[in-house]
Amino acid sequence: MVGAALVDLVLSLAQEATGAHERVFVPFLPSWMILLPFLGFVLNGAIGYLAPERRRLVSLIGPGVLGLTFLIAAVNLVLIAGVHEAEPVIRSYWTWIEVGQLRIEAALQLDQLSVIMALVVACVSFIIHVYSVGYMGEDPGYARYFSFLNLFVFFMLVLVLSASFPLMFIGWEGVGLCSYLLIGFWFRESAKADAGQKAFIVNRIGDFGFLMAMFAMFAYLGTLDFQGVFEAAPRAFEYGGAAVTLITLFLFLGCTGKSAQIPLYVWLPDAMHGPTPVSALIHAATMVTAGVYLVARAGVLFALAPLSMNVVAVVGGVTALFAGTIAVQQYDIKRVVAYSTISQLGYMFLAVGVGAYTAGIFHLGTHAFFKALLFLASGAVIHAMHHALEHADEPAGEDVTQDMRNMGALRKYLPTTFKTAWVGALALAGVFPLAGFFSKDEIIWSAGARGQTVLWVVGVVTALLTAGYITRWLVMTFHGENRTGERARKYLHEAAPIMVGALVVLAIGSVVTGWVNVPEALPLLPEFTWLHHFLHPSFAQAEHILVEHLGEAAHVSPIGGGEGMWALISTAAAIVTILIVFNVLSGKRYLPAREAKEPAGLWGLLYHKYYVDELYDLVIVRPFKWLCVFSWRVVDQGLIDGVMVNGVGYTTRFGGWLISRFQTGYLGTYVLIIVLGALIILGAVTL
Amino acid sequence: MLFESLVVSAVLFAVGVAGVLLRRNAIVMFMCIELMLNAVNLSFVAISRYVGIEGQLFVIFVMTVAAAEAAVGLAVIISIFRHYESVDVRNFRLLRW
Repeated sequence: MVGAALVDLVLSLAQEATGAHERVFVPFLPSWMILLPFLGFVLNGAIGYLAPERRRLVSLIGPGVLGLTFLIAAVNLVLIAGVHEAEPVIRSYWTWIEVGQLRIEAALQLDQLSVIMALVVACVSFIIHVYSVGYMGEDPGYARYFSFLNLFVFFMLVLVLSASFPLMFIGWEGVGLCSYLLIGFWFRESAKADAGQKAFIVNRIGDFGFLMAMFAMFAYLGTLDFQGVFEAAPRAFEYGGAAVTLITLFLFLGCTGKSAQIPLYVWLPDAMHGPTPVSALIHAATMVTAGVYLVARAGVLFALAPLSMNVVAVVGGVTALFAGTIAVQQYDIKRVVAYSTISQLGYMFLAVGVGAYTAGIFHLGTHAFFKALLFLASGAVIHAMHHALEHADEPAGEDVTQDMRNMGALRKYLPTTFKTAWVGALALAGVFPLAGFFSKDEIIWSAGARGQTVLWVVGVVTALLTAGYITRWLVMTFHGENRTGERARKYLHEAAPIMVGALVVLAIGSVVTGWVNVPEALPLLPEFTWLHHFLHPSFAQAEHILVEHLGEAAHVSPIGGGEGMWALISTAAAIVTILIVFNVLSGKRYLPAREAKEPAGLWGLLYHKYYVDELYDLVIVRPFKWLCVFSWRVVDQGLIDGVMVNGVGYTTRFGGWLISRFQTGYLGTYVLIIVLGALIILGAVTL
Repeated sequence: MLFESLVVSAVLFAVGVAGVLLRRNAIVMFMCIELMLNAVNLSFVAISRYVGIEGQLFVIFVMTVAAAEAAVGLAVIISIFRHYESVDVRNFRLLRW
């Protein structure tokens, strides 16, 4: 790997000298983007082992390497954006696997899609690392935390920048590992360790799909490089054929695991047991979007399988609606945002499922900012609650500090957090001119333009739900009366400046990122749909297949009207929803959590998350446990240990005992046996 | 002539077998074994008259081995007698399960 870094350095210097970058896209130190976080992991891990008290060094290394990574990613984006329709650059460092026909290079692919993903990942990671310096400052596992976080970014960038499915799978598994390590970061509490295991096991089911897809791809195409697969696929597979449908469905199974879609979404809400910055980085902004990235990356394969496309879009739409309704009736400040994340991921799948790859990636990018912002704002609130309750000598467990029924009126105590949270909430709700408006509108629009009327309606309804639940979140946390209790209230205070700074930066990001892709119907900037044009080369082949078989996307919505009108309608609807919910809930008096009753009826159903966890427990977990006990007691202990291993022993011992009965010690017995034996032999010979 | 010789040999052998099977005195059993050996010797000699000199040659071998065996066997019996003060084979049954 050090070799890869040197190769890149030499190449960059050589190209700088010759000025080659003016004509074609020449990536700038691509492997360094991956190696810097890895270096951070190694150094922080070593500090964690050798000198855990060197916190300032960790604070320098952890965010520092990410800052450099971000700079390199930004330089690469500038370089690739400066070249019109730049060709993808594959930089191969060494042959990783060579067995028979299988040949896999350790290679990075730098194209528009991977560069913009790397930039989003690096940018959000950097901000969240900086925030973590304040949030985790007093934790005894500070160095361990930062080494895991660096390792996560390393794997995430491997996932994003790899040039082949197997290398992507390494990143895919690696981010899952880091997710497990960080969910169970406070592993001394069994609920948190269990949540980590749940995430890992559910993800394994999805990974099985990814593996099967890779096997099938190799069996049909004989290659696993992105370029090789996408070149060969249109010739090798017929449109809508069984093979390509199977491959893409298996790939999508992987996506449902990693990106928390129905039916494998159950791990994400439990993942909220991890530290809040981890929830923001891994379980909102980056790792969970890997599935969307995979579908977009394998767009050619999905375009060839209309059935799989529909499955992706329908699962995405259903998940968006389903998770949105659950978010309406949660009281845990992080869980509302977690279900919102599942819902927004559903939107992204809806987008890539109807073939609007740019819209999906666009929403991925904007969502990374405003959802990270919402999580970090929750983190600041939890931080404040925790400190206040601890100072007041009251119970400060997770269930108390994160319950919104114990909050209220926090705008007085955390003014900056309050303002940034409003920005994030409005961006999520899709209010003009914030980021969510542009990206979510484009997704809903794309669903309608492809003639998916039902999904279009689902998208619109979910958008209204989103505005509703996030307003409820704001009202319960920041408005109304304070319910923290007399003693603890005195100690509520704003978060550390470094955390507030990160919130402000993310708030700015939540405003501006939407403007990279202003739709044509709203001529607000001279350079509209920049992202669409920029990403065009990455999706050109897939879009070509789609247009060939499905025709051009329409420019009117299913019930009439152009893009501009519907953009206005959706914003107006979001604002009206926010106002209604705000007014209704502001007047409502909530009881603190320990005095409140459990919601009943339909609210109870939503509060209990449709009892899906209980259902899975009944249908899958318990029968599986029974199967495990059966395998253990009956098959392993009974059959293998009992009948086979011990059975051989017992049989031999019994046989020995039986034969030993002849060894009487009496000479007469032996003589008798010899005589009888001789007679038998004689008889046999003569007769 | 051959038939009679073989009959005598068979009777002698049977007597020997019966003695080994039924008697408990080690010396008598030992003598019965000698009887069996010599019954076989008798049939060797009888048959050699028709087949060839090898039968008589073999008898010499058998007698040599029998003499050696008798020496060893008697030594064992004397040793047993010194230990148990008896030559009843039912007394020595240590070699068993």
